[in-house]
Amino acid sequence: MSNNVQYGFYVDASKCTGCKTCQIACKDRKDLPVGINWRRVYEYGGGTWTENADGSINQDVFAYYTSLGCNHCSEPVCVKACPTGAMHKRREDGLVHVAADLCIGCESCARACPYDAPQIDKDRKVMTKCDGCFERLAEGKQPSCVESCPMRAIDFGTMDELKAKYPGAVQPNFAPMPNSSVTSPNLLMKPNRHARPSSSTDGKVLNNSEV
Amino acid sequence: MERRSFLKMSAAMGCAATVTGCNSSSSDAEVVAPTTPTTAVEKMNWSACLVNCGSNCPVRVYSTEGVITRVESNFTVSDKYGDHDVRACPRGRSLRKRVYAPDRLKYPMKRVGPRGAGQFERITWDEALDIVAEKLQDTIDQYGNESVHFTYDSGARYHFSGTGCLKRLMNLKGGFLNSNGDYSWSQIYEAAGKTYGSAGPGWQGSSVSEMKNSDLVLMVGYNPSEIRMSGSGEAYDFLSLKQSKKFKTIIIDPRYTDSAVGKEDQWLAIRPGTDAALFEALAYEWITTNTVNQAFLDKYCVGYDEKTMPAGVGYEESYKSYILDNKTAGDSTPGVNAKTPAWAAKITGIAEDVIIELARELAAAKAPFIQIAASLNRQAAGENNTRAGYMLPILLGQLGLPGTNCGGLCKGSSMTAPSMPAGSNPVTKGISFFTWTQAVEDGKNMTVLSDGVALPKELLDANGDGKLGHDIKAIINYGGNALINQHSDVNKTAKIVGDESKCEFILVVDNWMTPSAKYADILLPDVSWLESEDLVNQSYAAGDTATLIQMSTSVDPMFESRPIYEICVDLAKRMGVEAEFTEGKTRKDWLDGFYATAKAATPDLPVKEVMLKQGIHRKYLPDGSYIVLEDFRKDPVNNKLGTPSGKIEIYSSQLAEKAKTWKLKPGDVISALPKYVPTWEGFEDTAMKAKYPLQLTGYHTKGRAHSSFHNVPWLREAVQDAVWMNPIDAQSRGLATGDKVHIFNDRGTIEVEVKVTPRIMIGVTALGQGAWFQPGGSVDKGGCLNVLTTHRTTPITKGNPQHTNLVEIRKA
Repeated sequence: MSNNVQYGFYVDASKCTGCKTCQIACKDRKDLPVGINWRRVYEYGGGTWTENADGSINQDVFAYYTSLGCNHCSEPVCVKACPTGAMHKRREDGLVHVAADLCIGCESCARACPYDAPQIDKDRKVMTKCDGCFERLAEGKQPSCVESCPMRAIDFGTMDELKAKYPGAVQPNFAPMPNSSVTSPNLLMKPNRHARPSSSTDGKVLNNSEV
Repeated sequence: MERRSFLKMSAAMGCAATVTGCNSSSSDAEVVAPTTPTTAVEKMNWSACLVNCGSNCPVRVYSTEGVITRVESNFTVSDKYGDHDVRACPRGRSLRKRVYAPDRLKYPMKRVGPRGAGQFERITWDEALDIVAEKLQDTIDQYGNESVHFTYDSGARYHFSGTGCLKRLMNLKGGFLNSNGDYSWSQIYEAAGKTYGSAGPGWQGSSVSEMKNSDLVLMVGYNPSEIRMSGSGEAYDFLSLKQSKKFKTIIIDPRYTDSAVGKEDQWLAIRPGTDAALFEALAYEWITTNTVNQAFLDKYCVGYDEKTMPAGVGYEESYKSYILDNKTAGDSTPGVNAKTPAWAAKITGIAEDVIIELARELAAAKAPFIQIAASLNRQAAGENNTRAGYMLPILLGQLGLPGTNCGGLCKGSSMTAPSMPAGSNPVTKGISFFTWTQAVEDGKNMTVLSDGVALPKELLDANGDGKLGHDIKAIINYGGNALINQHSDVNKTAKIVGDESKCEFILVVDNWMTPSAKYADILLPDVSWLESEDLVNQSYAAGDTATLIQMSTSVDPMFESRPIYEICVDLAKRMGVEAEFTEGKTRKDWLDGFYATAKAATPDLPVKEVMLKQGIHRKYLPDGSYIVLEDFRKDPVNNKLGTPSGKIEIYSSQLAEKAKTWKLKPGDVISALPKYVPTWEGFEDTAMKAKYPLQLTGYHTKGRAHSSFHNVPWLREAVQDAVWMNPIDAQSRGLATGDKVHIFNDRGTIEVEVKVTPRIMIGVTALGQGAWFQPGGSVDKGGCLNVLTTHRTTPITKGNPQHTNLVEIRKA
């Protein structure tokens, strides 16, 4: 796929406090029901505790949050997995969209995506996902999640703009995300100082019920 | 990455079940959000999230033909820090769902079943107001104005509307029983009052912005990223300063909070209720290494050592003597009960060498900024815990200077917006806000020295004692949930409130069928914030940005709901005080008058027509960065504190007197010096721990503000209501994340999920407070923490010790 323009997200995990405003603002924009979260905030943490003989305690606990929508990947595995062509990457902006009229609700895309971006609407039997707030972009606005973030931890723009604006940003190769080589996500990050590499087994996702 | 699982809607369905309760006689309780018309033009109004988090946030409310379509919070400015957007947190962003919640109250209703059963029938406004006016008048006539009480409320922080209207009405009718303190800060007010001479330094310490002048910020329980989340609020101030100024941050908390998660330099896990032991060990280190600021203590303080004791009080009563356990002035040899780091390590859980290093770092800091959070005050020894924390800046002489704080909560910037004048209360008697259930049961016999009753001097006997002499017979509960949910020991409270022979009349005015609303005799539907016009300010803790917000109505009042001002005008009419109540003014006159007053105080506030469009007027640090006690530090002679001595009182003669005269329950301690006090149901209560081995603390979950917003399923999904448990404690009980568990003690049992997480201390568990009580047999399926908390009060202010609980947890 050749795109003239490729939009993507930037997430500063050193700022994110896990407040979930992005998640709720996104739900409000599209009136998403409980169970469908186009943006999700993962809590990853670990560490061990030991009790000393005197009753005092040692620990090396760490945790951090990562806010994720769809990464509108350059090699979107969801598109590859889709049997009908409903899941597609737009030429004009590189955003990955679902054509609802073509979707058969088979969830192949959801099984393929390592970021949990495609979210099935069980009632309508149709796949849904982050659409990059394309209609807000047309109005010159940022996506709802970006504009809502109280900590200013999320940004959005063309990848060229983001790379220029955040020269220190890196590929999102941090747990609990997979290595970026899998899908070439259009996501740049400033990692939290506690961040563990994608392959790490130091911790685990601590908030599965919330994502 | 693990696959996502769809959330079971247990919490959300709880709300629906509540409505079913009231549905028994009202077939139309199933509210369905109106369908949005597709052809009409979209409108935008400004409103605000008036919840009690301390930071009223502006929200843009988009609507089409009177139906709210979405809520945004951003407004167009540069968004450079200091000139930044005021962005609502997830609660503000979910307001549409709250306005259109299925349990929204729609009509005046009268109770038809047993009180508390939630059985109501619809009546007309005239009928409802007739009953309310008659019942209130009857109570006054039969039992006196002292028998009418307002339960504490904070669910709607209006300025024009709100409780002020009802209190104004009651004051015109002869008044009501006063209450002192509040569920948040009662013990802080006392600690600051006795130490610094007024409550102010306790809740209005230095601005967050002073952290920029600090090299070490010590946050004891302070957790802005969960309690002050909004985009103008303390969380953003803290983060912005932290990341631009690079001061060191040490957080002391039983939980690894969201204020930490990589932003802290060090987290010290501590057992709840033991902070004072840590503070005493720090004091020991400073005294024995001669790093206390002796010159400061000599000049500004009373009670540190032999040089500063009040007349007639010996060295053996001094702070230094107490910490060293040595009664001989001039001899610094520690006694066997000296408050050493080794002693504190056993109690607090913080290792001895870590305490010693913390002492060294604090002493070496050029400008330590020390904050003692409110969590320490809501404990069994809350007054002592807080005073003990204030000793850190005092011993180091690090207050009143740039970059320092006296230990108080940070003062937020502010702009003036007037509130409905409630008038003065002719009743001069009062009780602690927390003892109202006792006053319902047996107010007659509550006394000054046992129960903290406030009486006018002429009613006191020679010993300073006296009885209240009245029971509470009528309760007015407006926009509050302390009638059931947010008070303690909910099962006991429900029994007291549910007894019609005790409190004979309960009026509830609210938006939703809360657990408290179920206990109403008459239930009146208020309009919601998004259906209101008002001018509000930033509330009490929005950090360094002051705001004024012009709310205007986005949609018409839903169903038959009415603003409380109008309700009160109609009640005043019935009770013969309409002219006094309205002062001949219309609603518009009042609002215009308030606006004019605000504009006089803030001349650059635009005219109202402009504000209706612009929504918000804001200023970063309008009065500059505040350094608490700066004047006192500069000139303690001409800027005396409000203490009897005019100085900082480490030793309080007033408390020494109370310690001698007050009648306390066994185990309660009032002391002239701030002291670590092992308490009932604390870490050292080994007898109770044999039965209930886990400490349970409440915390402010991001998914609610107290109990507000609990009925929004989006938020129940976003922030799991689960009890946090350390993996070691979970393993010994065979528990895994997601398991339904019962948390129980002698007061009750609640059912919640467990979250096994390394982010909490061993032996300690924590649950976000505010979930709605939902009794099912003997178990509360709603997960309301207050089923487990106690009515037992703190020793001095008779405040709420709601973080002091011992429990056991097992699989449900």
